Amino acid sequence: MAFLQQLCQQTLNGLSLGSIYALLALGYTMVYGVVKLINFAHGDILMVGAFVGYFVLKKWGITPVNLMLSFLPAMLFCMILGVLIEKVCYKPLRNQPRINALITAIGVSFFLENGARVLPFIGPNPRVFPTLPVVNYRLFGINISQVQILIFIVAIGLMLILNYIINHTKTGKAMQAVSFDKGAAALMGINVDRIISFTFALGSSLGAAAGILFASAYPQIEPYMGIMPGMKAFIAAVFGGIGSIPGAMLGGIILGVAETLTKGFLSSQLADAIAFGLLILILVVKPSGLLGKPMGEKV
Amino acid sequence: MSKKTNTIASALIVALFLILLNLLVWFRVIGEYTSQVLTIAGINAIIALGLNLISGFTGQLALGHAGFMAVGAYTTAALLMKVNLPMALAVLGGALMSALFGFLIGLPTLRLRGDYLAIVTLGFGEIIRVLMINLPELTGGPAGLKGIPTYTTNFAWRPVIPFALVYLALTLVVVLLNNLLNSSHGAAIVSIREDEIAANAMGVNVFYYKLFAFTLSAFIGGLGGALYAPFFGYLSPNMFNFQKSVEFLIIVVLGGMGNLTGTVVAGIGLTYLQEILRFLKDYRLVIYPVILIIVMLFQPSGIMGLFGNKEFSLTRLVSKMLGEKPLGGEESSDKAGEVQ
Amino acid sequence: MKKKLIALGVLVVVVAVAVIFLATGRGGSDTIKIGVIMSTSGPVSHFGTQCRDAIQLAVDEINARGGVLGKQVQLIVEDDEKNPEKTMNALVKLATKDKVRVVLGALTSDCTLAITQEAQRRGILLFTPTSTNDAVTDAGDLIFRSCFKDSFQGQVMAQFAIENLNATKAAVLYDMNNDYSTGLTKSFEETFVALGGTVVATESYAGGDKDFNAQITKIKAADPDVLFLPDYYNTVSLIINQARNQGLDAIMLGPDGWDELVGQAGEEAVGNYFCNHYSPDADDEDVQEFVRKYRERYGITPNALAALGYDAAYIVLEAIERAGTDDPQVLKEALMETNKKYVTGHITFDESHNPVKSTTILKVVQGPDGRLTTEYVGMVDPE
Repeated sequence: MAFLQQLCQQTLNGLSLGSIYALLALGYTMVYGVVKLINFAHGDILMVGAFVGYFVLKKWGITPVNLMLSFLPAMLFCMILGVLIEKVCYKPLRNQPRINALITAIGVSFFLENGARVLPFIGPNPRVFPTLPVVNYRLFGINISQVQILIFIVAIGLMLILNYIINHTKTGKAMQAVSFDKGAAALMGINVDRIISFTFALGSSLGAAAGILFASAYPQIEPYMGIMPGMKAFIAAVFGGIGSIPGAMLGGIILGVAETLTKGFLSSQLADAIAFGLLILILVVKPSGLLGKPMGEKV
Repeated sequence: MSKKTNTIASALIVALFLILLNLLVWFRVIGEYTSQVLTIAGINAIIALGLNLISGFTGQLALGHAGFMAVGAYTTAALLMKVNLPMALAVLGGALMSALFGFLIGLPTLRLRGDYLAIVTLGFGEIIRVLMINLPELTGGPAGLKGIPTYTTNFAWRPVIPFALVYLALTLVVVLLNNLLNSSHGAAIVSIREDEIAANAMGVNVFYYKLFAFTLSAFIGGLGGALYAPFFGYLSPNMFNFQKSVEFLIIVVLGGMGNLTGTVVAGIGLTYLQEILRFLKDYRLVIYPVILIIVMLFQPSGIMGLFGNKEFSLTRLVSKMLGEKPLGGEESSDKAGEVQ
Repeated sequence: MKKKLIALGVLVVVVAVAVIFLATGRGGSDTIKIGVIMSTSGPVSHFGTQCRDAIQLAVDEINARGGVLGKQVQLIVEDDEKNPEKTMNALVKLATKDKVRVVLGALTSDCTLAITQEAQRRGILLFTPTSTNDAVTDAGDLIFRSCFKDSFQGQVMAQFAIENLNATKAAVLYDMNNDYSTGLTKSFEETFVALGGTVVATESYAGGDKDFNAQITKIKAADPDVLFLPDYYNTVSLIINQARNQGLDAIMLGPDGWDELVGQAGEEAVGNYFCNHYSPDADDEDVQEFVRKYRERYGITPNALAALGYDAAYIVLEAIERAGTDDPQVLKEALMETNKKYVTGHITFDESHNPVKSTTILKVVQGPDGRLTTEYVGMVDPE
């Protein structure tokens, strides 16, 4: 019974961590879908989003309503930032080998981290993110906190909205078309540039939302905070099959749960090694990730 | 002048150049700080050459070369400290161990394509790092391993010997890769990058050549690490993190994918640039990525794109200086002189 | 071609602007140059910059009073990015280009361990304010530090747990990437077991992790009396928060890295103990003076690493004054004569150049105004 209780608790821990990974992984996977770029700077968007949320909440004061409202400026700010980064740093390289944009993405990531570090109003010192008083609920001996509930609600809500945008709006369908075949999409009268910008805007705003959730769950923010979740989300995206949106959601959740269970029941020292080992094993067996489409042999 | 004499002349020039460089270090015309940075730069160039073989020439993106460097470095350190092997054997052992790792990792994973291979290699790099942290008897754990025997304890020789060895190794690696790429193996490897399916259809054993290139790439990466351990005398697992792997990738791309000259120039140049920028203080790591981005945006084919992506060739230069037509065209050129 | 010219132009402008804004005047020959190697960028940059700022504060104060030996002190600060390789480059640069003979640094033990032998061989006096690994001062007679050793604090807290808290079962949650954390874990566990206790769980995380729920759930199942958290206040505040959310009621213990916990954690931190040489809330006059000056200049409350850096600068510069030179061979003798109270306590050096200073055990309590503060519990002298 104790074991079962612990298993449930750990799974719940994993689900809340995994939801944040999933939100962030969506940004990686959408961008990859349309421009085939691993956007290494995406984790740092999370950091920027968290800082915007921090300044907004400092000004407004922390109440449940303000916390929900703070998502708007953070998402808007990162939306603009994401589009700007795309226009300046990735767009000129669209017809170059993909590796070049990858290197610029790494450059942008370094720039955002270290830029935040030297900015006088951010700086390297960790700050305490404003949080609501902790409320815990106990169900059958399993703890669930208010923050975890918030994470589930926001993550599921945003994923539903995203699903609607992609499958039921014109822009979303255009996104799918661009992702499927850029040239053909352009011939069909789709403004490819606009769709790519839209994708970056969407991905970055999800990143910002993940940032505020991350900062609410782990209330401490600093310029390098995006590296670790960024890396994990990237892995989750590949794991789920990069380019696949349900894959990113599934990948994020599975990674979160797998990581937590490994730490909880095997070895916390070797957790990262075991997680990577599993990932490699799965990729060897299923080379395009869980839900990725097998890559066609184009001749 | 025959091709043979031309090659010999080039080899002589390279040898003289290396001797000259070392004399400059010996007489401290090149200061200790500069030689220290240049030695690290040379090691970075060696490992980046290894990475270029698999990523630039074979077209398989790898993101875990810091892992191979770590295997080479720690194996060499262990051979020196636990087994008391002579220096040369320990360095060779480090490189071979890394090649073995490369072979074992490549065997199941090289069937993966593109970004999936990238993440698998990234994963292996991280696994190696985590294992190193958890093997304190062998690696000293996170506090690192200190007291690794160095090449020499003589104070006057200390800046010179690692410098000489590293640049000698760099030259050998360049010659090795150049000859390999001009052989039929090289043609097969490049054909995989250009079109894997077509290569397969033409009867190239794609998997064999990928595994061959990956193992050799790991060997060279391990060699870099093996040379590093007795030069630095201290190792810690966190020195070989993902950022280090990214550093090698940046060198390869900035130098130009599939260009040996570019990798050497960018390897030395970028390592040195980071030190030159020290005067920027806190802003150093803000300006450095800006430079990276600018170079990428305006010179996407890498720095060698400025020179039509051609390799530097000493034999061609020698022929030109003697007023002759280059022998055998560009393909037979000897790139050993790139160290310059 | 035009594009390339633009690129070149932009590059030149970027570098030129940077030079104009940041080029600092080089001091003349009538200055004493002190090298500083600090992690001012990278994952521990918040510690590195605070420590560097505190050293700068100390030096500016001394310079305002007329400097050392009648000369102004000039600091040459190099960043090591928390990377041993860059630390070595910085040391060689300071030694051969700037020709300094005294270096303060590095911040973390891995970086310091990478350069101790080199500094000793080059005859440079290396004084690290913050590297706690036991082996740091082994390299020779020119290597000093002003912080505790890992083994000392681990022993103190294990002893405290058994003797004062009557604990029999302990758990440890540590950062496996950080040698400060692993070093303390080792000495805590060894002492705790030697004194008759059992360690029921040893769990770890990787530096930068923010989620500890998995480890905490596991530790909770092992039901320890005390939980030892050998890490800095920023990570510890997250751990304590998550632990209390999960209903883990073990008493938590920590090292000097907890110093600023009261500024970061919520009321869930109340009732836990840590050992320290410094607390920004202490009544001590020197401490208050330092905190006031630091706040005035940099606008934030300094942490323990800043205090250690401040002290290191004073200890070294006062020793130079006593020695009458910055020649390391003479300076090391003068340093050994150090016997004075500084911000982080009364300091003398033992024969292996480690400071002999006592540690205070503090309890986190809630003050009358509702804010967290610390309460003095006891003092432990090094044996």
